[in-house]
Amino acid sequence: MKHYSTTRRTTRQIALVGAATLLAAAACSSGFDDGETEQEESSGPQELNVLIASSGDAETAAVRAAVEAYQEESGNTVNLDVAQDMNQQLSQSFAGGNPPDVFYVDSSQFANYAQGGSLYPYGAEIEDIDDFSPALLQSFTTEGELYCLPKDTSALGLAVNDTLWEQAGLTEDDYPGTWEELADVAGQLTGDGVTGLVTSSEYQRIGAFMTEAGGWITNADQTEVTADSPENVEGLQFVQGMLDDGVMAFTTDVDAGWGGEAFGKGDAAMTVEGGWLAGAMAADYPDVEYTVLPMPEGPAGPGTLAYTNCWGVAQDSAHRAAAVDLVRFLTQGDQQIAMGEAFGAIPSRLSAAEEYLAAHPEEAAWGVTGDWVQGPVTAAGFDRVLGQFNTDLESLRTADVSEILADLQTNAEAALEENQ
Amino acid sequence: MSQTVSRPAPPTGRAASRPGRRRRVGRQGLVGWLFVSPAVVLLGLFMLLPVLMAAWVSLLDWNGQSNPFTGGKAEFIGLENYRDLLVDDGLDRTLFTTSLRNNAYYVLLFVPLVTILSLSLALIVNQRLIKARSLFRTVFYFPSVTSTIAVSTVFLFLFQGSGTVNRLLSWIGITGPNWFADSRGVLWVLLGALGIVDPDHPSGLLADHGFLGLSWFEWLSGPSVAMCTMILLATWTTSGQFMVIFLAALQDIPRELEEAAALDGVNRRQLLRHVILPALRPVLFLVLTLALIGSWQVFDMVYVMGQGAPGNTTLTPAFLSYQSGFKDADFGQGAAIAFILFAIILICTGVQRWLLRERSGRSAR
Repeated sequence: MKHYSTTRRTTRQIALVGAATLLAAAACSSGFDDGETEQEESSGPQELNVLIASSGDAETAAVRAAVEAYQEESGNTVNLDVAQDMNQQLSQSFAGGNPPDVFYVDSSQFANYAQGGSLYPYGAEIEDIDDFSPALLQSFTTEGELYCLPKDTSALGLAVNDTLWEQAGLTEDDYPGTWEELADVAGQLTGDGVTGLVTSSEYQRIGAFMTEAGGWITNADQTEVTADSPENVEGLQFVQGMLDDGVMAFTTDVDAGWGGEAFGKGDAAMTVEGGWLAGAMAADYPDVEYTVLPMPEGPAGPGTLAYTNCWGVAQDSAHRAAAVDLVRFLTQGDQQIAMGEAFGAIPSRLSAAEEYLAAHPEEAAWGVTGDWVQGPVTAAGFDRVLGQFNTDLESLRTADVSEILADLQTNAEAALEENQ
Repeated sequence: MSQTVSRPAPPTGRAASRPGRRRRVGRQGLVGWLFVSPAVVLLGLFMLLPVLMAAWVSLLDWNGQSNPFTGGKAEFIGLENYRDLLVDDGLDRTLFTTSLRNNAYYVLLFVPLVTILSLSLALIVNQRLIKARSLFRTVFYFPSVTSTIAVSTVFLFLFQGSGTVNRLLSWIGITGPNWFADSRGVLWVLLGALGIVDPDHPSGLLADHGFLGLSWFEWLSGPSVAMCTMILLATWTTSGQFMVIFLAALQDIPRELEEAAALDGVNRRQLLRHVILPALRPVLFLVLTLALIGSWQVFDMVYVMGQGAPGNTTLTPAFLSYQSGFKDADFGQGAAIAFILFAIILICTGVQRWLLRERSGRSAR
């Protein structure tokens, strides 16, 4: 081919033009703005985007009602979106530089977002901060700065199916207060297609038994890993023993997605869940009568786990003032109580919690406070480690407990070191 | 439009050597590039550029919350992400090698199974004597047009512990496993049933020694029961698609060939072995390659059916890459996994191409 050189020159020119086009496109498409986000006029109506991860229709409807009340009061417009996969959608929008203004922050993702500079720390702007439970605020404080307000809270409680309880010939006097009593009533309730106690195999549920034995994955301020302690071994071995006796099962063993499903369908006489169970039971199994008890005490006394999400405000939001205003509205006492009425979320405000629990004494076990209530692990980089812990716990029935905990110790120490 | 465009390209290099022609050819080249430029720009913008960006990201410690291309917060860490996955002992490497093991078993079972099944189906529906051929073709092809997500969801229900499949099995006296919650490797289950090993309590040489963070016991356990169910599903949904490819190739084989073979007095097996299969070689390569590439990229099924559960035995590199990025906010590592996966697919395809090459002497081209 004699016209080789001509073609090649043309090719090169075109390649150059093409590359320039691509670079230009890349430059335009880059949504990142590493500088300070410009704030729009603070007066006049503004438009806010809110992204929530709803536990169900009840929660969605309740948040929608609250947001509509805010629109009316403030004159701002609020678009409420429900995420299918919260973590993915949030990290995608952070990466795209266009996050929602207000969103739920899962406690497991909190450290990651806060350290990545995606959260606007508005804690100092909240006037009546003393009304929130200090333990919850601690979960969302990093390097001395409070980033976001807990939206609600719930501790784990032991839910008992009243009908099955009576059928087994048990009375209120038999409500288990200790591990031995728990194993005992679980044995009496098991049989005829019913398993005494069914929970999911996650540490988020059976970890409660670790705290009752006096252990936990980390120390109080999450600076040290304490996974392979003898207390944790004792807690998990108790669960293992109940599994082994057949008086306890994991949700996967009874074809349930979570504890509430097995409990509602009557496959489980007892389950360990938090306040979200109330909303789910009312929606899916309204005919099932149940009672919520505090978690039984272990060798080290009472212990349970508490969960919470917070209302995050995006650092990249152009309406941060309005966003904080919305959060302030949504965390008001009466709003929190309305949420509790709708789907069983215990208010994170102490005054509101008191009022709510006085009206709902049956949910008292979910609203317990005290230094024996363990908050979630929020250390950075722990998500993967705890995911692996959960994977190991799936086979708890046959596994070696100290081996599982030793692996957790190694992995968690590595994660802690990496993210220091 | 100019005339030069519509004129056909000069047939020989001799004609192009004349100066007047030469310029025209140059312009033709330019015009040709102009015509392909939409495709080139689109491919460059949506394929090449993202690939290069991902390659850069795989060298960073990037949490997805800053601009990775302007320096700043995302720290450049060189090959650290790759080292974490392949060399340094730790959770990252264990998860990655687990996913590789799972996917390797998936490939080993899925690729031969789907090839044999789709070829058999194609041979069946290619029979001229069969009645209602188009009905069979439609039936066999149908799973391929159904969305994997929908099929996976249905399978989840079918294979529940108390689901339809186990109900059926119980009629013939078999207690089926809890398919999607069973993390035991099938090899150990079989050996355990024979009383040779105890799958629940591994011990001995195999459990004490390992490679890349997994013990030999874990490497050799075979796909888990849950993984086997996924392989079954994938084989069923994909076979129709490959059947169509085989069918097209079968109908391309000249009838004279078969007639000539019949005259030579071959039986059906010899016909398949010496006439049909050699004629199908290029298509066989295509199907094997597509199946191989597809099976190293399993994602949707894993996402729907358990996200790696039970016991990480359905974790695949493609899903792990997604998980590292979007769940653990470690996009650098996610990108690194994607590039290692890319290398694996390239190597596998190369090996396969070499195995299926035209043997010497027969190649006429």
